[in-house]
Amino acid sequence: MIFLTNLISGLSLGSVYAIIALGYTMVYGISKMLNFAHGDVIMIGGYMSFVMTMYMGLNGWLALLVAMVICTLLGVTIERLAYRPLRGTGSLAVLITAIGVSYFLQNIALLIWGANPKMFTSLFKGMKPVHAAGGQLTITPESILTILANIVIMILLTLFVSKTKAGKAMRAVSEDNGAAQLMGINVNQSISLTFAIGSGLAAVAGVLMLSAYPVLMPTTGAMPGIKAFTAAVFGGIGSIPGAMIGGLILGIIEIFSRSYISTELSDAIVFACLIIVLLVKPTGLLGKKISEKV
Amino acid sequence: MAERILKNIRIGGLKNAVKGNDYRKEATISYAILIGGYILLQVLSAAGIVGHNLQGQFVPICVYVSLAVSLNLVVGISGELSLGHAGFMAVGAFSGILMSRVLLQSMTFEPLILIISMLFGAFMASIAGFIIGIPILGLRGDYLAIVTLAFGEIIRNFMNVLYFGFVDGKLKFAFNHTIEGIEDTDRIITGAIGATGTKTMASFTWGLLLCLFTVFIVLNLKNSKQGRAIMSIRDNRIAGESIGLDVRKYKLMAFVVSAALAGMAGCLFGLNYSTLVPVKFNFNTSVLILVFVVLGGVGNIWGGIIAATLLTILPETFRQFADYRMLTYAIVLILVMICTYNPAIKSRITALWNKVKPKKKDNGPGGKPRKKKAGKEAA
Amino acid sequence: MKKTWTKVVVVALSCMMAFVMAACGGGGSSDSGDNTLKLGCTGPLTGPAAIYGNAVKNGGQIAVDEINAANPDGVQVAWQVEDDEADGEKAVNAYNKLMDDGMQVFVGSVTSGACVAVAEKTNADRVFELTPSASQAAVTEGKDNVFQLCFRDPDQGTISADYIMENFPDAKVGVIYNNASDYSAGIFDGFKKEMDAKGREIVAVEAFSDDANTDFQAQLNSMKNAGADFVFLPNYYTPVSNILVQADKMGYAPTFFGCDGVDGILTLEGFDTSLAEGVYLLTPFTASAEDEKTQNFVNAYKEAYGEEPNQFAADAYDCVYAVYNAFNAAGVDTSASAADICEALVAQFAGGFSYEGLTASNAMKWQATGEVDKMPAVYIIEGGKYVEK
Repeated sequence: MIFLTNLISGLSLGSVYAIIALGYTMVYGISKMLNFAHGDVIMIGGYMSFVMTMYMGLNGWLALLVAMVICTLLGVTIERLAYRPLRGTGSLAVLITAIGVSYFLQNIALLIWGANPKMFTSLFKGMKPVHAAGGQLTITPESILTILANIVIMILLTLFVSKTKAGKAMRAVSEDNGAAQLMGINVNQSISLTFAIGSGLAAVAGVLMLSAYPVLMPTTGAMPGIKAFTAAVFGGIGSIPGAMIGGLILGIIEIFSRSYISTELSDAIVFACLIIVLLVKPTGLLGKKISEKV
Repeated sequence: MAERILKNIRIGGLKNAVKGNDYRKEATISYAILIGGYILLQVLSAAGIVGHNLQGQFVPICVYVSLAVSLNLVVGISGELSLGHAGFMAVGAFSGILMSRVLLQSMTFEPLILIISMLFGAFMASIAGFIIGIPILGLRGDYLAIVTLAFGEIIRNFMNVLYFGFVDGKLKFAFNHTIEGIEDTDRIITGAIGATGTKTMASFTWGLLLCLFTVFIVLNLKNSKQGRAIMSIRDNRIAGESIGLDVRKYKLMAFVVSAALAGMAGCLFGLNYSTLVPVKFNFNTSVLILVFVVLGGVGNIWGGIIAATLLTILPETFRQFADYRMLTYAIVLILVMICTYNPAIKSRITALWNKVKPKKKDNGPGGKPRKKKAGKEAA
Repeated sequence: MKKTWTKVVVVALSCMMAFVMAACGGGGSSDSGDNTLKLGCTGPLTGPAAIYGNAVKNGGQIAVDEINAANPDGVQVAWQVEDDEADGEKAVNAYNKLMDDGMQVFVGSVTSGACVAVAEKTNADRVFELTPSASQAAVTEGKDNVFQLCFRDPDQGTISADYIMENFPDAKVGVIYNNASDYSAGIFDGFKKEMDAKGREIVAVEAFSDDANTDFQAQLNSMKNAGADFVFLPNYYTPVSNILVQADKMGYAPTFFGCDGVDGILTLEGFDTSLAEGVYLLTPFTASAEDEKTQNFVNAYKEAYGEEPNQFAADAYDCVYAVYNAFNAAGVDTSASAADICEALVAQFAGGFSYEGLTASNAMKWQATGEVDKMPAVYIIEGGKYVEK
């Protein structure tokens, strides 16, 4: 029973990582940059949703929608102002800029909302947990719905990328930026769209994460951001199903190592697993093999 | 064979291959900055112009300078993105502190204790560098970056459960909550609480010596046969392999030397404060060092020295902005990155400069940004 | 070459700017002829620990405003708090900045790690130091000029253990603590020592770290499986609130017992206070205490900052008053040097000076080692309020 409880906790935590990892992976795929500010977009999404429900009295779901819109705009703006001027100058300069953006978002949240943490009201408040196996197994609505949301998002995103014109354009740009441009694809638009989707999903991830783990602070997004980045690499950075698998595995490893090995070393174990996976498969579980030309 | 091709690469003037002339220039500038800065600051301090605040930063500045220079060996010269440099710093700092406490039991001559501790810190960090260096050798680009990040986090996590102390004059260690029968004052490292009761020994002069040593090692390595091999692998791994260069060996060499130097710097840092917590060496610190390197120009040693100095002082000078301090820092960081790397803005600044300054020497169009990633932007 | 020159220009300009600014900051010590005592403090105003630093900053400000309004002709107090991000290196920088600005007495640092690093400097510079909240033993060890206003962490653990053993003789006690926090680990240290010494078993010990302080299901499951019906939580209220929420979701309801860090949980924005019903806490201060002094402070704080003060704010308030009273009792002049003030204050604090404040039920006195003698009280949360046990 404990095993099952842990498995469900792991899947639920992993689903949050997976949704965040999507943002990392898509952005990496299309612009080959590590967007370290992504975790902080999650935090902003959380605050937006909090403000909407607590101060504006909006319904949780409506608040989520508003948060998504705001995060989408935020993501596009960040890309336009901070990243686009540096496009094509090598990944290091953009990486540092992304870290600057991350500091910026954290400190702006600190100034606006103060240092005191806020307790986030669960999106699924009022739903009863499911009891199974004679009360030994308790499944919270947050767990179930987070896992479901993850699956739905993954399916929709895969369909979007493979079926729609905009999605195909995104894939083309991530495959070969220059060639895509020659084919008449608007590269800027595609990249903006990627940031928009990634940041919108970040808001969803933020609300789901905070529904389960309710403490909201300006630094809330930092560690999940790093973990999700790890998950993206785990699954093979640039690959959408990879992000999902990586996220889920990471969540399960984290919860299991905390339950069965050590609560103190669980992060170390997670990162050690990542290193082992990369030793066996240097480009992650589903990553493409990069062929090098002379 | 390899030797000859390397020589050809050098003569052919591949942009990043160091020519003897460039080497001398780079070395002169670097040493001049370090020694000049040291003398200037000492004179100003003696004259009472420099406040406590800046004086207190002399040692950390030296430590960050030497960290930036050592990370440049990996990022600039070996061309790999490392996000875990603070991990090596941590290993060096804690093992150095441990060594200093042990030595203090039987010795009183501080300079010797400091040197031995720093060497020990460097040694332990190089072992860590070697262990982590092996798995990373097969990885490329951003995958390597994440492994170094993971490694930094593992080290820090590990430090959180590590306990060292004296019981009846004997060094004991444990992985659990506490060491049996230990007195509070005999604790050296107490898990997440970190090292307490460290005897501070660091000084500005030791900081300068550390910087000079680091720059000496890095510049000499850069200009050696091995250094050219490392750089040719960076510029074209396959070509390097095809001429029989042992890619693994050279990459490992750069990584281990860099780790050892970071450990040494970490040790000096640890011995500058009476207490040190593992949290200090988190991802943010690794990133901070990387920022020094990138801002100073990847591969550019003296650029890194200046960037590390400036970016250490900068948040302090922003104290007058009170609540907006870190926000200002973030904005400055973004703007500086855009201004120094955006091609349009850069060319405008250059044009402006050329108007003021009569042309001296021009090596043709100042390098287009390369398409391949990581660490080739430097002049 | 062009590129190099561009950089040289940028670097040189910014270099000059930074040094000019640094120099300006350095030269700013003004010798104001007025009768003002300059207090300084460093604490985390940004970063993950920012709640504590900001609380100290605000709490101290309330005391300073009160003092200055009450004694327009007497000694005035200036209060300057610099950000240290809870980091030893930054704290030393911030302390040095305060020294440049002419600080006379140091009322800091807020967090232990930073405070130990600074205490070494105040000891060398001979500046009197009274920390509101740095509770590690190493803060005062071997330094005659450093005093604490808060309990030492292990002492809180010892007192908690004694209380639990006396009042819950049959409870199966488990502990969830933050092994990456000196506060939490310090209390647990004292707690475990005392429990071991008295032969009482702790059925389960689980830790978490600052990086992984979101999901507590593993820890709670372990408590549940070990049969713990009493869980000791020596943590700050942020993780505690998280633990309470998740325990509730799991349907796990032992008796929870926290220390002074738990204070503040009832005013946490968005927190369902019904979850905290029946939680015990051992604390020298609660904002809901009925006495006049506390109420005045709480009201003034609420009015100024729009939120309830926590333990840290009250500690800072007491610190400012304690230093102010001791300073007046010592009969030193505000124009005296920091070192002279230090000697006078050390003589006061080590020589039986006592102060009745918000954060103790008795009058606080100090030992020459820097430790404070004060009594905490145990409260239980009932009906959304603290009720003294």
